[in-house]
Amino acid sequence: MAVEQGNQAGAAPPEVKPPGRAARNRRLRRVVIPYLFLLPFLVLFFVFLVLPLAYALGISVFESQLVGGTVFVGADNYLRAIGDPDFLGGVVRMLKFGAFQVPIMLGLALLLALVLDSGVVWFRTFFRLGFFLPYAVPSVVAALVWGYLYGPDFGPFAQLAERLGLPAPDFLSDSLVLGSIANIVTWEFTGYNMIILYAALQAVPSELRDAGAVDGARGWQVAWYIKIPLILPALFLTAVFSIIGTFQLFNEAQILQPQAPGSISDSFTPNLYAYSLAFTNQQYEYSAAISFAIGAVVVVCSYVFMLVTNRREVGE
Amino acid sequence: MAPITGRRGGKGESPFTRVLTTVLLAVFLMYSLLPIFYLVISSTKDTTDLFTSFGLWFASFNLPENLRATFTRDGGVFWNWLWNTAYYSVCSAVGAAFISTIAGYAFAKYRFPGRIPVFAVILGSIMVPQTALVIPTYLLLSKIGLIDTPLAVILPSLVSPFGVYLMRVYAEQSVPDDLLNAARVDGAGEIRIFWSVALRVLMPGFVTVLLLQFVATWNNYFLPLVVLSTPELYPLSVGLVSWNELASAGGGAQPLYPLVITGALVSVIPIMITFLFLQRYWQGGLTFGSLKD
Repeated sequence: MAVEQGNQAGAAPPEVKPPGRAARNRRLRRVVIPYLFLLPFLVLFFVFLVLPLAYALGISVFESQLVGGTVFVGADNYLRAIGDPDFLGGVVRMLKFGAFQVPIMLGLALLLALVLDSGVVWFRTFFRLGFFLPYAVPSVVAALVWGYLYGPDFGPFAQLAERLGLPAPDFLSDSLVLGSIANIVTWEFTGYNMIILYAALQAVPSELRDAGAVDGARGWQVAWYIKIPLILPALFLTAVFSIIGTFQLFNEAQILQPQAPGSISDSFTPNLYAYSLAFTNQQYEYSAAISFAIGAVVVVCSYVFMLVTNRREVGE
Repeated sequence: MAPITGRRGGKGESPFTRVLTTVLLAVFLMYSLLPIFYLVISSTKDTTDLFTSFGLWFASFNLPENLRATFTRDGGVFWNWLWNTAYYSVCSAVGAAFISTIAGYAFAKYRFPGRIPVFAVILGSIMVPQTALVIPTYLLLSKIGLIDTPLAVILPSLVSPFGVYLMRVYAEQSVPDDLLNAARVDGAGEIRIFWSVALRVLMPGFVTVLLLQFVATWNNYFLPLVVLSTPELYPLSVGLVSWNELASAGGGAQPLYPLVITGALVSVIPIMITFLFLQRYWQGGLTFGSLKD
């Protein structure tokens, strides 16, 4: 549309152009120029996104053997993954993780955003910045610091418990480690999600909230019946990104592992499993199959989530 | 993308509600700041104090000594890590922002064959988890001999499908067609129009993508962990974890913990300054996609 107008405008310049040149210009503008602008991205997109995926898919149908070199095994690696308790255990652990961590985090983010938006609070800007600050902390540093805070040696929680004569809580034990990692992720991303929701709330037209207030609705009623329905798209977006993030869990688990080798196994998360398969066991083909399967699981889960919530903002 | 400011005072609520909600927020603020506070406190302690003094308060002040030890350990490799992190982040951020800007501009301002399917593929790829690409990228890069080079970190970080999406939305809303057409009437070529007319209008969006990618690369761990093996090429994230592993392996006996903690503090400061001073831009970036229906 823009281009058609451009051509009409361009066809009436001060000096008259020959029609052949105008036609060439139009083709140039319609095809060559946009693809020239797209070229760098498309090349890199192909080399570092499409090609690795294709390559992973390619080598995942092979297996290197001690005798006979690399042989074609078809879907064997994938069948192996489906029946691999280590891989499945990691996937189930992430499902469990996502089922409680994502609602808690988004619930907190929504609550904080609603409170900040309602204006029933002092020092609003100060709080908003403070809540967001953890997002500026690299996840590596977050995992290291929380690891120290959890630590039974010089962690302040253990120190406090000791001072009170209580047994020191073992945050990295088998039963607590998933919750402890969930806490790190919640700490990192609640503020980030809050900012997204807060901005969406700020965009709610003031006539709508005022209408609610005039009708005598209380603060929480305005929130529940007017504001939350209006920011569902933003809530949906944060949920999709959180689900995608959950299945990618790697840094926190890998960094805490030396501290808790007993409760964080090499297959604690699917990504950690793919990593240790490749770099500890040199099983590159199987590792590639796992990586590819993780990608597929994430895309399928996000897609199912979108179908279930019946909102397709992310798609066009 | 104006800075978000409060508009309403919440006048109708009782002082009790106001106190209650402020207390609620204060509790969560303490939670948000606790690890940062702990990091600052701990960076002032020597190894003995780390283990023996109370974790959430100061003991003897040892920060200068810790900083000296951090920057001189292993022949000053921490300087390398700091420099590498800045170098990888700046290259990735500038590159990704530029590439995303021209791509987003093309999607927004031209109607060309293949526009809709190509954009759909890019949009769909936002859902492909970055970490699932790391090991395949490693395998591919080792085939072409790029493994253990700075390019192995920078090149994959130049691809930002979300950046393209963001810049497309931004270009659609901020670059008026009339402006481009006026330049065309004046006889300017398409590339010149972009450089001298559109890019200026697109600058806030450009800076947003720049910041998002800068932070993403600064914080990236999995990719450099996998594609780099020379300690002198590590970014801060990988370097600090390698020290932490050494410290844990020594059963805490190694005097490395204060170095990890001090190094972590040093690595956080630049990114926090970036965030606080340029909050207008990252807020724009984080919220822009979700506001557009």
